[in-house]
Amino acid sequence: MKFERYGIGIAKGMALTLKHLFRAPITVQYPDEKLSISRRTRGNELVWFPEKCTGCGTCTKACLQGNIILVTHRGEESKFIVDKFELDSGRCIFCGLCVESCPYNALAMGLNYECAKYSRKDLVLSKEKLSVSSDHQPSAYFRPQFDDQLPDQSLLLYNREKGGQKLNFLPLSKRKRGPGA
Amino acid sequence: MTLLDQFQLILKTAGWPDWAVYLTPAIVGILIIIIFVLTVVIVFIWWERRLISRFQIRLGPNRCGPEGILQPIATAIKILLKEDIVPEKADKLIHFIAPVTVFVPILLIFAVVPFGDGAILVDLNVGIIYVIAISSISVIGIFMAAWGSGNKYSYISGMRSIAQMVSYEIPVVLSIVGIALVTGSFSMLKIVEAQSIPFILLQPLGFLIFFLGSLAEMNRSPFDLLEADSEIVAGYHIEYSGMKFAMFYLGEYGVALAYSGIITTLFLSGWQGPLLPPVLWFIIKVMLVFSAIIWMRATLPRLRVDQLMSFAWKFLLPMAVINLLLVAIEVLVLPAGLQWVMVILNFGLAAVLILLWSKLFTLGGGRVEV
Repeated sequence: MKFERYGIGIAKGMALTLKHLFRAPITVQYPDEKLSISRRTRGNELVWFPEKCTGCGTCTKACLQGNIILVTHRGEESKFIVDKFELDSGRCIFCGLCVESCPYNALAMGLNYECAKYSRKDLVLSKEKLSVSSDHQPSAYFRPQFDDQLPDQSLLLYNREKGGQKLNFLPLSKRKRGPGA
Repeated sequence: MTLLDQFQLILKTAGWPDWAVYLTPAIVGILIIIIFVLTVVIVFIWWERRLISRFQIRLGPNRCGPEGILQPIATAIKILLKEDIVPEKADKLIHFIAPVTVFVPILLIFAVVPFGDGAILVDLNVGIIYVIAISSISVIGIFMAAWGSGNKYSYISGMRSIAQMVSYEIPVVLSIVGIALVTGSFSMLKIVEAQSIPFILLQPLGFLIFFLGSLAEMNRSPFDLLEADSEIVAGYHIEYSGMKFAMFYLGEYGVALAYSGIITTLFLSGWQGPLLPPVLWFIIKVMLVFSAIIWMRATLPRLRVDQLMSFAWKFLLPMAVINLLLVAIEVLVLPAGLQWVMVILNFGLAAVLILLWSKLFTLGGGRVEV
């Protein structure tokens, strides 16, 4: 005698959804809580290291968009001194070819992903804005030497030892849910 | 004696003229009920969004005000500021009247819902029949909206609504008759007073039929065929925007509140309960019923049209008739003191009936699917 057709299936389903009430939400409350993204992401905005850059211009040739503006002059010992290194991030397609082409490891992709601006002028990034700062970190894309400095990607479900969390039966309050999840 | 009658008596002894004695309490009562309904509807919208997101392991709206309680108000302001669009092919007059025709009958239902001991607008001796009669009018409103929009999707929705509402009205009414047999009255106050044992225990089968039937009456999931987003976009209110849409939206939750109140009154012993004041008990029970409705929405997928119709005509209707017969026999044969015997008997009978009837329940081509 099969009981599936007497509403037992419905009762099972109702019990299942009832269990969900006691699980912690898997959604991330975005501006308050942030997950750390993949270390090798091709994030927004290049990161430029002025001390390594020789001004050779390989990146400008590699750029599909012709998007990197590089102006240099001859300094002492006939080395190039970079006057202007500009990137219009509104036209950048984040292909990463400039980073891959750089022979001196002077460019890296950024780790940032929150780059909305109020005007198009702000999208054009100068030397100063492209240098490393606290909110402008390089990602490990094509630069594996940065791998160790960067936090692990936090996947909620699986990476429990590395900061992810168990999903079942967690309390709801944000304090107990821990950072980044 | 209801609170309204007492108010009238006070005014009469204070020497007010006759028309004022009649009008003042009525207007005050109506205002209180309208304010109550609108407030609870706002809470309902918030509660549904929060609870269904918990069922789906989300958090739901939690930005606007404490725990997101102001979110429905923000939504309401947004809707009010929107442009009121009337389609070119619409039947302008009917398109205009339809939202009112849907919303007003739902407000009228609350006239006979008892919120507490005597806290009822009019204690009609045919209270529950009045509810059935009035709530059927909003079907006409829905069909007017569907027809007046001049849109094929809304027209499909209108046809579905007629089929669904008319079919599910019958088992709902038949399960109410079972209660009237035990109570000996159609008056809502007398029905509540008769429930020393809640009727959900006394007539579990009747409760099941009424609950599922009223789910279909208020167009909630899993019977929300006339608003099926994935099939017919938004159904009958597809061509409505602005304030007219808000009327439908309010009506949707208003009818959920009304039917939750009626289920509470008929089966969960209404405002009766220990310790807490009656109004609070009523609200707690209404919220429980509404939460159960949300729980069903979170779990069950939408029925197909043939499943919907066969569920009404082949399952609910025969069960309602058998339930009515059994209750009639029990009322006739069993002495009045033996209500607990009736409880046990009815639970057994309900289980046996559901098992037996499920064996007969087939859809097109003899397939058995539930």
